[in-house]
Amino acid sequence: MEGYLPAPHALGWFVASAPFVVAGSLRLKRIVAERPEAKMTLAAAGAFTFVLSALKMPSVTGSCSHPTGTGLGAVMFGPSVMAVLGTIVLLFQALLLAHGGLTTLGANVFSMAIVGPWVSYAIYRLAGKAGLSAGIAVFLAAALGDLSTYATTAVQLSLAYPDAASGFSGALLKFMGIYAVTQVPLSIAEGLLTVVVMNALSARSVEVTR
Amino acid sequence: MTAARKNMLLLAAAGLIMAGPLFGVSGAFKGSDDLGTEAIEATGYRPWFKPIWTPPSDEVESLLFALQAALGAGVLGYVIGRRHEAARRDKTGNHVAR
Repeated sequence: MEGYLPAPHALGWFVASAPFVVAGSLRLKRIVAERPEAKMTLAAAGAFTFVLSALKMPSVTGSCSHPTGTGLGAVMFGPSVMAVLGTIVLLFQALLLAHGGLTTLGANVFSMAIVGPWVSYAIYRLAGKAGLSAGIAVFLAAALGDLSTYATTAVQLSLAYPDAASGFSGALLKFMGIYAVTQVPLSIAEGLLTVVVMNALSARSVEVTR
Repeated sequence: MTAARKNMLLLAAAGLIMAGPLFGVSGAFKGSDDLGTEAIEATGYRPWFKPIWTPPSDEVESLLFALQAALGAGVLGYVIGRRHEAARRDKTGNHVAR
């Protein structure tokens, strides 16, 4: 997507994302200072989004996309930490894989490392309040966080490229078809995988023994 | 149902969801970002910036994607392994009691 957002839009998303990344770094620092043993879990959360965002999967739309893996860390550490971990993943892909892009980094951080994790976190809390089991809560959080990331991408592109005739809403319909619909089965798969990894990580974890 | 069995079922379901479209749907299975950029170029827009470095071939690109997944999976597996070992020691009492 490198160069595909007009400069004012690209800049705007950098400005919107920056405070979240700064706040996330501060929070990350505090977590590591207060609970050094959380480093392992943080590494696992970062590793999970590293793996998932490298896996391009086929979808029912006959096209491919990749999951984001940001829901796991958002549920375990709160959403702000994922702004940092997600940015690292996006930088890796922009620099080494020509995927995502540097000019579009601000917009991608906003959709994948901010909106996705915050939606995951909100869904997780709501599901807990609604009395759903932890497994279902994690599944919904991860799946809807993933989906919301791509819905955000569609919104971002529609803002930049409104349809000549039908404006923003026409463009939104088009970009949602490309991004969000493709993402539906992938986000369900991500939800299931997140539950499995969450189970594996929380099996009588050393951290709670402290 | 044991936890391990449940995890296997969840993994199998995720696998089916990923594999299903390959057999049930016909399509070119291009990346959604490629379709996105095509839709943008259809409006007449041309990108104003090129990636500063692009993998020279599909082979090198797939190498880097595989490396990314392998690194992530390695770290994740290491942390999960540590947890299990700690839990096992916990259970057998060779470790500080909870």
